[in-house]
Amino acid sequence: MGYRKVAVVGAGITKFARYAQETVSELSYEATKMALDSCEMNLSQIDCVSVGTAPDAFDGIHMNGEAMAEGSGGWCKPVMRNYVGGGTGVMSAIHGWQHVASGMFDTCLVVAEEKMSSAFPHPAGAFLTIFDHTTEQPLMPTLLWIFAIEMQRFMATHGYDKKDIARVAVKNKGNALNHPSAQLGAEITVEDVLNSEIMAYPVNRLDVSPTSDGAVALVLAAEHVARRVTEKPVWIDGVGHALDSAYWCTRDLYYPDYVEVAARKAYEMAGIKEPHKEIHIAEPYDPFTYKELHHLEGLQLAPRGGSVKMLMDGHFDRDGNLPTCPSGGLLGVGNPIAAAGLMKVAEIFWQLRGEAGKRQVPGQPKCGLAQAWGDLMQVGTVVVMRA
Amino acid sequence: MDIKHQKKIDKTVTSLRKKDVTGGKVVTESWEPNLEYAWDNGPAISRYLAELKKGKLIGKRCNKCDRVLLPPRMFCEICWRPTDEWVYVEDTGTVNTFCISHVDWKAGRLNIKGGVRPFTPAVIEIDGASKGMGILHMIDKTNPKNIKMGMRVKAVWKPAEKREGSITDIEYFKPIGKKK
Amino acid sequence: MALIERLQNRPDATYWPGKIPMTYIYTAGRAGEAFFKKLRDSGKFIGARCEDCDLTYFPPRIFCECCFNRIEGNWVNVKNRGVVHTLTICHETYDDKPKETPSIVAFIRFEDTDGGMFHRLGDVDYEDCYIGMPVEAVLKPKTQRKGGILDIKHFRPL
Ligand SMILES: [Zn+2]
Ligand SMILES: [Zn+2]
Repeated sequence: MGYRKVAVVGAGITKFARYAQETVSELSYEATKMALDSCEMNLSQIDCVSVGTAPDAFDGIHMNGEAMAEGSGGWCKPVMRNYVGGGTGVMSAIHGWQHVASGMFDTCLVVAEEKMSSAFPHPAGAFLTIFDHTTEQPLMPTLLWIFAIEMQRFMATHGYDKKDIARVAVKNKGNALNHPSAQLGAEITVEDVLNSEIMAYPVNRLDVSPTSDGAVALVLAAEHVARRVTEKPVWIDGVGHALDSAYWCTRDLYYPDYVEVAARKAYEMAGIKEPHKEIHIAEPYDPFTYKELHHLEGLQLAPRGGSVKMLMDGHFDRDGNLPTCPSGGLLGVGNPIAAAGLMKVAEIFWQLRGEAGKRQVPGQPKCGLAQAWGDLMQVGTVVVMRA
Repeated sequence: MDIKHQKKIDKTVTSLRKKDVTGGKVVTESWEPNLEYAWDNGPAISRYLAELKKGKLIGKRCNKCDRVLLPPRMFCEICWRPTDEWVYVEDTGTVNTFCISHVDWKAGRLNIKGGVRPFTPAVIEIDGASKGMGILHMIDKTNPKNIKMGMRVKAVWKPAEKREGSITDIEYFKPIGKKK
Repeated sequence: MALIERLQNRPDATYWPGKIPMTYIYTAGRAGEAFFKKLRDSGKFIGARCEDCDLTYFPPRIFCECCFNRIEGNWVNVKNRGVVHTLTICHETYDDKPKETPSIVAFIRFEDTDGGMFHRLGDVDYEDCYIGMPVEAVLKPKTQRKGGILDIKHFRPL
């Protein structure tokens, strides 16, 4: 179809913190200002803004998209918000891509923000009302339950061992040591994960990403602008997103069909036939350790039932064949929901430009993928990018 | 990302501790919204609740994809057409998956060491509904260590006079023997 | 395509009561911290100045929304008096209950700034209020000020 080529030309990120003093607007400003400065652009060159932020119940601000708009450079510009739960961050990039690829706008600021620390007694409580109000909520569920329930199904179907899956935490928290935004970079062992507090078996404390405050921003530009602005544009060559049924108990949770659907759309658009060979580097969504592997299988980057072996073989290490979450992921950098997803797109941008500093994966990767997941275990959002 | 960039990122956020926020070290404003709702159940779930009150589980069939949907719904999300007849299903089922939770809905820790039993929520595939048609409910009164995927379970109902038309009219599910 | 069944009797249309059981603590942010601390400790207002755009933001911000320059620290003093830009009298509480004493609320603009503030008017009858009326802030005594918008009791006519 007649899409225009769209490039990422700049990126910015705040530090991720458990309790930030900054307001929603100030966090958005810090990331957005850094993104514009990185490509020496100013607001007058920006045509529209795509903002992403997860449930208003976290920030405690209704219409949080509006609260973050001016910090996102949205003053007197077309500002549009998207929201698909945890999938929001990557969806924001897709949303921005749509604005530019369609020919409607030449440039778009993509900004994702979350401030979870305003929510008491704990941000987890904000998830209570995502469950069906009549048939599930009276059981007082927590989101942790459905992660643990899904992990158990994933493990049982493939015969995976919890202690092998724990290596995702070791890898990602280790990678995060080199990320300047990271909240939880650490050198840990598999034993540390297994000995950490049990949250909901089979999920231990260190299998889970933290709650965070933070923001991330990207500058997107159509080809003719991108070539003027930078010598190193990173092209968004494929996008895909899909939403499965909200009857989550009806699905076989061992496999994320919706991620596969989203990925296949993105691969088709990017002309990718053999993803495991053509994708050099990936940022699969990792709010929990098993999720990274679950998603790698859905993304066709690991065979069904084969991701743990690849993990054990070092395939996904920073110097492996397919480095995954070289940023440190949500487990290491932190999980300000919408911002965490966009952080993954920013990481692919920096990696493909060779600007990831100490996190740089060797071998000059040319093609990368970022993916997020969310809503009620039901959405997959995928972008494929090329240097 | 060079060192200069790293320092810039450090300055973007003023990191606080929880007690700075709750203890008034920084300027804060607090809010206790009274967010109360009356959510309409709709025709399908209204009937589901009415049957629960009678101690029964009811689903609805879609004659196009030949599935018995549970909980019942007025339209089939796959065929995108109205569903057909009401179908009673059993109050027995098979554990599809479960977890052993040491935390409550607000991430508060249960006093497990003090003898509190962890929550054991499960996805239970109900007999008579189509394969894979699970519901979320709790397993209880059994050692969490003995819960297995594929285990057979049966609903333990509240006494009739205490039922109020709620999913909690089923107190919990308990293990039973193999399916005949 | 209509659904085949509909509820025919009102009692069959049931609802499920529930709530979102959350509370919030908001930080004031970096500009808000500077603004409210100044108000609390010295009873004075500050704004933030963008020289490039010749704009004075009140209340202050850390950035200029027009040119996106950082203006954090470019604080300027703002007088505790302003002009009623527009106003109304409110007979209901925020959750739709009748108020015993109706309150007058106004958007007040401040001299030498491009901003303004939404607050209550006091020590005056609604009939005597008008657009363009000069007003000044009435602060709580210093010992009762906590760093918040209610450190200002209300605005009254000058
Ligand atoms: Zn059907
Ligand atoms: Zn300015």
